[in-house]
Amino acid sequence: MIQLPSFFRGGLVSPFALRKLGVLGMNARNVHYIARYNDRDKYPIVDDKLNTKRQAKRYRIPVPELIAAFETQPSRTRVEEVIGPLEKFVIKPARGSGGKGILVIVGRDGEDYVKPSGNKVTALDIQRHVSNIHSGLYSLGGKPDRVMIEALVDFDPVFDKYSFEGVPDIRVIVFRGYPVMAMLRCSTHDSDGKANLHQGAVGVGVDLATGKASHAVQRGIRVDIHPDTQMPFSDLEVPDWGDLVRLAASCYEMTGLGYLGCDIVLDRKRGPLLLEANARPGLAIQIANGVGLRTRLEHIEGMDLEQLEKNVEERVAYSMDYFSAPTLD
Amino acid sequence: MSPRAQVYILAALLALMGAGLTIYKNVELGFPLLPGEYRTVWTIEAKVRFNADGGPAKAALTLPREQRNMEVLGETFSSSGYGFNIISEDDEYRAVWAKRQASGVQSLFYQLDVHQTPGAALEQPLDLSTEVVKPLLRAREQEAVRQAIYSLVETARERSSDTRTFTSELLTALTDSRNQDRNLIFGYYKDRSFVDTALLVLAAADIPAHRIRGLYLEDDRRRLDPEDLLEIYDGKRWVVFEPTSGSPGVPKNFFIWQRGGKSLLDVEGGRNSGVTFSVISNDVPARDVAMLSTSQEKEALVDFSIYSLPIEQQSIFKLILLVPVGALVVVLLRVFVGLRTSGTFMPVLLAIAFIETQLFTGLAIFVLILILGLWIRFYLSRLNLLLVARIAAVVVTVVILMGAISVVSYKLGIEQALTVTFFPMIILAWTIERMSIVWEEDGPYEVVVQSGGSLLVAVIAWWVMTNRYIEHWTFNFPELLLVLLGFIMIIGNYTGYRLGELARFRQLVR
Repeated sequence: MIQLPSFFRGGLVSPFALRKLGVLGMNARNVHYIARYNDRDKYPIVDDKLNTKRQAKRYRIPVPELIAAFETQPSRTRVEEVIGPLEKFVIKPARGSGGKGILVIVGRDGEDYVKPSGNKVTALDIQRHVSNIHSGLYSLGGKPDRVMIEALVDFDPVFDKYSFEGVPDIRVIVFRGYPVMAMLRCSTHDSDGKANLHQGAVGVGVDLATGKASHAVQRGIRVDIHPDTQMPFSDLEVPDWGDLVRLAASCYEMTGLGYLGCDIVLDRKRGPLLLEANARPGLAIQIANGVGLRTRLEHIEGMDLEQLEKNVEERVAYSMDYFSAPTLD
Repeated sequence: MSPRAQVYILAALLALMGAGLTIYKNVELGFPLLPGEYRTVWTIEAKVRFNADGGPAKAALTLPREQRNMEVLGETFSSSGYGFNIISEDDEYRAVWAKRQASGVQSLFYQLDVHQTPGAALEQPLDLSTEVVKPLLRAREQEAVRQAIYSLVETARERSSDTRTFTSELLTALTDSRNQDRNLIFGYYKDRSFVDTALLVLAAADIPAHRIRGLYLEDDRRRLDPEDLLEIYDGKRWVVFEPTSGSPGVPKNFFIWQRGGKSLLDVEGGRNSGVTFSVISNDVPARDVAMLSTSQEKEALVDFSIYSLPIEQQSIFKLILLVPVGALVVVLLRVFVGLRTSGTFMPVLLAIAFIETQLFTGLAIFVLILILGLWIRFYLSRLNLLLVARIAAVVVTVVILMGAISVVSYKLGIEQALTVTFFPMIILAWTIERMSIVWEEDGPYEVVVQSGGSLLVAVIAWWVMTNRYIEHWTFNFPELLLVLLGFIMIIGNYTGYRLGELARFRQLVR
């Protein structure tokens, strides 16, 4: 392969170089992993968060507490009845995608409700939001949706130094029951408190073996400190890491999906909670870790049946040992 | 069999089928592969003239035989006041005009359009009599003439090996003005034509022969008399000779009218009858020629296709057939490039609208409606409406906007903006709705990225769909859709990187 000067490549890298690094592309993900390992009939478990919650209860997987769910368009008084006594809560569409339609309320100011950014919304705004969710504005294909009101997670303060205004969560990719890669998404001022990497949140690759940060990236560029809090990521370590990885691995049994992304948050008292599971997890985790997914997935594909039928503990032990990251340099 | 292998096999089958049908239509039915191909169509007009005696009159004209290298595209007869029908007589077709009372000069017309195709002119098994009628060279005819004929025949026979070469030799001798025997014969049969004389000599040599009447197709010829060729039977097959050159084979642009020696025109109740021909050539789009010739033969592939629909529906189909091409463009841009659009196939609908409105008018109208619609949608969102009602409200506003744009632009004299109605309204309303959510959730930057992506894809799709080759192929060879289907299936198996990913993951390569 002839190396063209980067001027001619227009900031592109050679596909052969990516292949060599084992980077997983969107097309390969869709054809080789999602289509092959995720049965369509199991999608409803993860696509509808109410179903996820119900299934998680059955498998004793801890989740944020559900306060109320509206199956049909609720009346004005019914919504007020539910949210009236609440101080903090989250309103979510059950079938929302990409974090769309999630309204977080962190406090009250008289009659108004306060968002994490400090902006206030009225009860009427919340009514409208509920109505929008219900009409299917945020769901795939615009299908009518259900509304869920969840208790706001009492976040473990360990990440306060690494998160600006927002909700830090940990994404673990689980392939055939084996956790293969993990990252922590830290919101920034730039990302407006959202944990979406393409909006400017920092993606921190987390070493599967230790729960320590191995690599951090913002908008595709490597960073060593959080842009808002100036904290170095090299000091970051996720507490209860073993429990968290175990929770992620057990989602395989719960959902039956072979290629799965688990979004996990840390509660101050309850430890890791499953926020949601995703049957089509994105590929940004590779950028956050600076490592390609494909080599790891192919390693697991090469396993024999006996290895694939191991229980959660054994799988977690294997993954934590095998997929440990190179040390942060 | 793995799904992947199935895809390849199915795609290959589809592509083969589509390509096969396309080649068949091109080679056998003459549908042109490239747009703007023209074919020469000859219009031949036969004019029958005679002086009617005042009583009942009847004229019968032999119609041209089927000729393999000439395709008859259409024929018309005209004759005012005459009854007309076509009769079949001894495997010939004759046009018969008849009238109870006719006097004075009568003119009857028969016109046909033919198109030359490659191939042999005549098919062999011809059911014509091979009987030779020996010429009656009676005693009162000069012995010298008889001698001359037999001498010619003898010389030709000596210089030849079979009937064909014999005929060639004989015809060459008959055109050689230095040949004494020949001059003697022609001197005696002064009132006979060359072909008549040649037929007589051939009969004397015991060779079955007859004349072929026809025309040389040359542009802008008027008042032509039919020309003659000779056809002889060599014991196995009939062979055509050009009489004056003596070379075998039908000349290239010779249109055979009548085979065999019967009369070309019979007139009863008239005198001084005669047929003259005129020939003109037209250049006609190759597709029209193919359509005409296949519609006559009731070719199933054409007869049961969209060509059998009325013209108006065909022009609708012309657009519909472009949709798969637009879909292919979307697939390519999403799978290989990774462009983000709002609504997967929305850009195709936009592109179709652009085809009707012209690109720049279309772009301007789209952006205008999007901006106005977003603005109105932001106000509507404050009114606490249910989603369906709100989108319906946006649809209504979009329609009102379209109406307003049409009226205002018409008053300003910009007629192009009247095509605004081609925009898919519901799709626009949904786009506005989605965009306003994207605006709320991800900010205006993302709106610009997504609508810009959609517009880019729409413009590329428009550019491909208005390509004259693409237009020509999709409409004239709809079976190419099978090839396209196979191609899309194969793309669906592509697991390599997208162009966008080469930039997205560039930090991983250090």
